[in-house]
Amino acid sequence: MTSNPASSNGSRADNGAGGETATWTVKAGLAQMLKGGVIMDVVTAEHAKIAEEAGACAVMALERVPADIRAAGGVARMSRVDLIEDIMRTVTIPVMAKARIGHFVEAQILESIGVDYVDESEVLTPADETFHINKHAFKVPFVCGCRDLGEALRRIAEGAAMIRTKGEAGTGDIVEAVRHMRSLHGGIRKLVNAPEDELANIAKELQAPLELVREVKRLGKLPVVNFSAGGVATPADAALMMQLGAEGVFVGSGIFKASEKPSEQAQLAAAIVKAVTHFQDPAMLAEVSRGISSLMPGRAAASLPLAEQLAARGN
Amino acid sequence: MQGDFAEHIRHLEAVGAQASEVRTVAQLDACDGLIIPGGESTTIARLLLAFNLMDPLRERIRSGLPVWGTCAGAIMLARDVPALDRPPIGVMDITVDRNAFGRQIDSFEADLTVRGIDDGPLHAVFIRAPVIRNLGPSVEVLAQLEDGRVVACREGALLATSFHPELTTDSRFHRLFVELVRARARGVGEREATA
Repeated sequence: MTSNPASSNGSRADNGAGGETATWTVKAGLAQMLKGGVIMDVVTAEHAKIAEEAGACAVMALERVPADIRAAGGVARMSRVDLIEDIMRTVTIPVMAKARIGHFVEAQILESIGVDYVDESEVLTPADETFHINKHAFKVPFVCGCRDLGEALRRIAEGAAMIRTKGEAGTGDIVEAVRHMRSLHGGIRKLVNAPEDELANIAKELQAPLELVREVKRLGKLPVVNFSAGGVATPADAALMMQLGAEGVFVGSGIFKASEKPSEQAQLAAAIVKAVTHFQDPAMLAEVSRGISSLMPGRAAASLPLAEQLAARGN
Repeated sequence: MQGDFAEHIRHLEAVGAQASEVRTVAQLDACDGLIIPGGESTTIARLLLAFNLMDPLRERIRSGLPVWGTCAGAIMLARDVPALDRPPIGVMDITVDRNAFGRQIDSFEADLTVRGIDDGPLHAVFIRAPVIRNLGPSVEVLAQLEDGRVVACREGALLATSFHPELTTDSRFHRLFVELVRARARGVGEREATA
């Protein structure tokens, strides 16, 4: 675990245990516990139960999955508080929820009801086209999306305790997720091989703090956990992202848009969980893929007009 | 299976042990000691069942395999876990309450005095952490919080901690476990692993 003293807003615990809450280590530490796992988008308590039953390591409580947000158009906001609380009561695994980019009041509300992680997400309609939320000011940890190393480091500098590559949510098309993961890792490799005297210029090009650039070079990876998101629809997609270096996977529309039948949703969800555990074992991947009859139809990311490309929101 | 096994492996290597990941029965058979890491206990329990590891693991533990469970791992070792909807491995004579401190915003860090670890207190990280109670007669308390709640214990070759020594730079707890494994495995060759 790395330290990020700038973000430590820890305070004395009042639980009789002694100690300090909301430190950088505990914020980034929960993401460490999610590694090798699958975080599933759910829109009802019933979905949440199916996800937990299938072995999800956390759920993302949403009003609509990204594919439906696309279809509905209009403004996508934080989910209803009652819905999130209903899901929190239903499962024992961590519950995440999304706030609009820059909408720090939605984040304050999510923190106050006790969600375990806030996703400052491009899937919702941005509330601020310039500034992201100052995530250091919160006790609840945040996950944010990125398309490349610079974007990841800008979010971490703002206080994100976990990163996910964005992909293109709600498409069922893995191409953007692959592009963003390769871009992130390519950026890290370049940095690791760069001589010390070029780092300041690299930081300038990345529009990221030099201190974080140095830390990535030293670690050979991001200083926080990185999952893949945006387009995972099959066990093979999930294993692909793991082999490309993801530490875990978010699945949005892929599970609950695949079928109307809870039994088929449950089967696909469990298969994706198993694929992430055994991502390097093709025989096991074949085994878990057997019997899956229905997948989300999907929409090619390349066919989306610019205004419908969610990944371009927030930089 | 799932969780922060990479951090455990780094610490095991730092104290001179040979470490590998365990996802199959064959890998389990090849190790002399096992760490069940922090992660989600519901996920780990399902994966152990789905890949038919639960029974072989229970058998090996009953025949003396040293195991250390951190957080979710401690939950898996306990005989009784009221809030888990699958049976845990159930080999340690303790009850473990999941999420005993509340949700993520209640996660915390604290310094602990740990029995068997000298040279000052251990800095402990608690994340949606469980607590241990109803300790059986053969279970020894290793660490308690200020208010007396038990957060580390030992029963024979089994260790359980509510917190995550793997999230710090302090390898003393890993050294303690490796010494335990070596004491058991002496003459058999040593190999520690993490599931």
